[in-house]
Amino acid sequence: MNTWLDIEHLGLTEGATRIIDDASLRFGAQHTVVLGPNGAGKSTLLRLVHGLLHPTSGSLSWPRALSQAMVFQRPIMLRTTALANVLYGLKLKGHAATECEQRARQALARVGLDALAKRPARLLSGGEQQRVALARAWALEPQLLILDEPTASLDPASSREVERIIKDIAAAGARILMTTHNLGQARRIADEIVFIDRGRIVEQTAVEQFFTKPQTEAAQRFLKEESP
Amino acid sequence: MSEFNEPFITAWQLVAAADSRLAGIVLLSLRVSLIATLIACVAGMPVGALLAVGRFPGRRPLIVLFNGLMGLPPVVVGLLIYLLLSRAGPLGQFGLLFSPAAMVIAQAVLVTPIVAALTRQVIADEWSEYREALRSLGASRTRAAATLLWDGRFSLSTAALAGFGRAIAEVGAVMIVGGNIDGVTRVMTTTIALETSKGDLPLALALGFILIAVVLAINAVAYAVRGWAERHWG
Repeated sequence: MNTWLDIEHLGLTEGATRIIDDASLRFGAQHTVVLGPNGAGKSTLLRLVHGLLHPTSGSLSWPRALSQAMVFQRPIMLRTTALANVLYGLKLKGHAATECEQRARQALARVGLDALAKRPARLLSGGEQQRVALARAWALEPQLLILDEPTASLDPASSREVERIIKDIAAAGARILMTTHNLGQARRIADEIVFIDRGRIVEQTAVEQFFTKPQTEAAQRFLKEESP
Repeated sequence: MSEFNEPFITAWQLVAAADSRLAGIVLLSLRVSLIATLIACVAGMPVGALLAVGRFPGRRPLIVLFNGLMGLPPVVVGLLIYLLLSRAGPLGQFGLLFSPAAMVIAQAVLVTPIVAALTRQVIADEWSEYREALRSLGASRTRAAATLLWDGRFSLSTAALAGFGRAIAEVGAVMIVGGNIDGVTRVMTTTIALETSKGDLPLALALGFILIAVVLAINAVAYAVRGWAERHWG
């Protein structure tokens, strides 16, 4: 397995709270899903990887710089059209205007929203907004796509659609690093599960093994509690 | 009783007849305050956005300063601009004192901190919502400030409006730097002050009505624009 990110003794403390506590981990799987109870530090870990937060100790080392994009639980839409929202990310990367337009339209088509390109983004449904956010990320053609509970606030139909898009982006070659509360979704998307609890990395296991024979008691308990 | 009613009746007659002297005063008022507000927006909004988004030494003291300057007394602003523009002052050579231009400058100085402070509040709220997404997309802080100014354009109309309301209603600054010269620098508020002290209540009242009507009309338009924007852009 090719390591694409190596984190060593990573820590983030806020006041007296250790949000991430001495985390060491090698990311090598193509599709990694981070699981753990609420408040375990999943989102924080993703933000540290993406560079939105800076660790208070430890380090992240990238064997090779990867272009990244991130999709958040709540889609952040600018007060403009869906298309202009996708264009915004491309323009920031300094692409030529005609190329931007073409790529943005293509990305919207891939998420099935080409018909809504000229609609004000904020008036779209939650599911549609999340798809615009995915298109905005996809248009950048990231080598690593980070998703923080992208379907947590969506209805089941929108969730399925978002999951389909994530799989398409993965199939196009992007590495995926995501968190979710939906175990079925984790199982469908992940090659590898990273399980964290109270800021500590508890286990890192291939997906099938995690769901059938988790290595730690904490993970067993988590699976029992979370399973319907 | 008729003595009390009389000024009102005469005032309405003046308004209804679109008295030319009255019209000149109203138009000058609107022109001076609109231009001053425009200048205040161009100067104050970027400053407010950078105060909300930026990270630089002295940011906090500047925020406190702008918030404090929101309450600048107009007469003091008038006095300072007077000193700057008077013949012996540093800007005296331009001969602007007692001209509409001087009034524009005074009102712009008065209103800029108001626009900047209100803009900072609006943009700071937006920034807390958009921060991660904009940083994730690689927006620099300056770029983020520009994006949020555009994104918050409808909320920011309130800041512009508050600035205009302050400008059109103040009397101290324009009185000092304009000099209240008939036909040249006489605006609604200064005329009201003068005519009231002279005892010519109808003209003062007529201008009072118009001043209130202008402020109400502008607020109504702004309210309508915001409602439209909410429905069309969310």
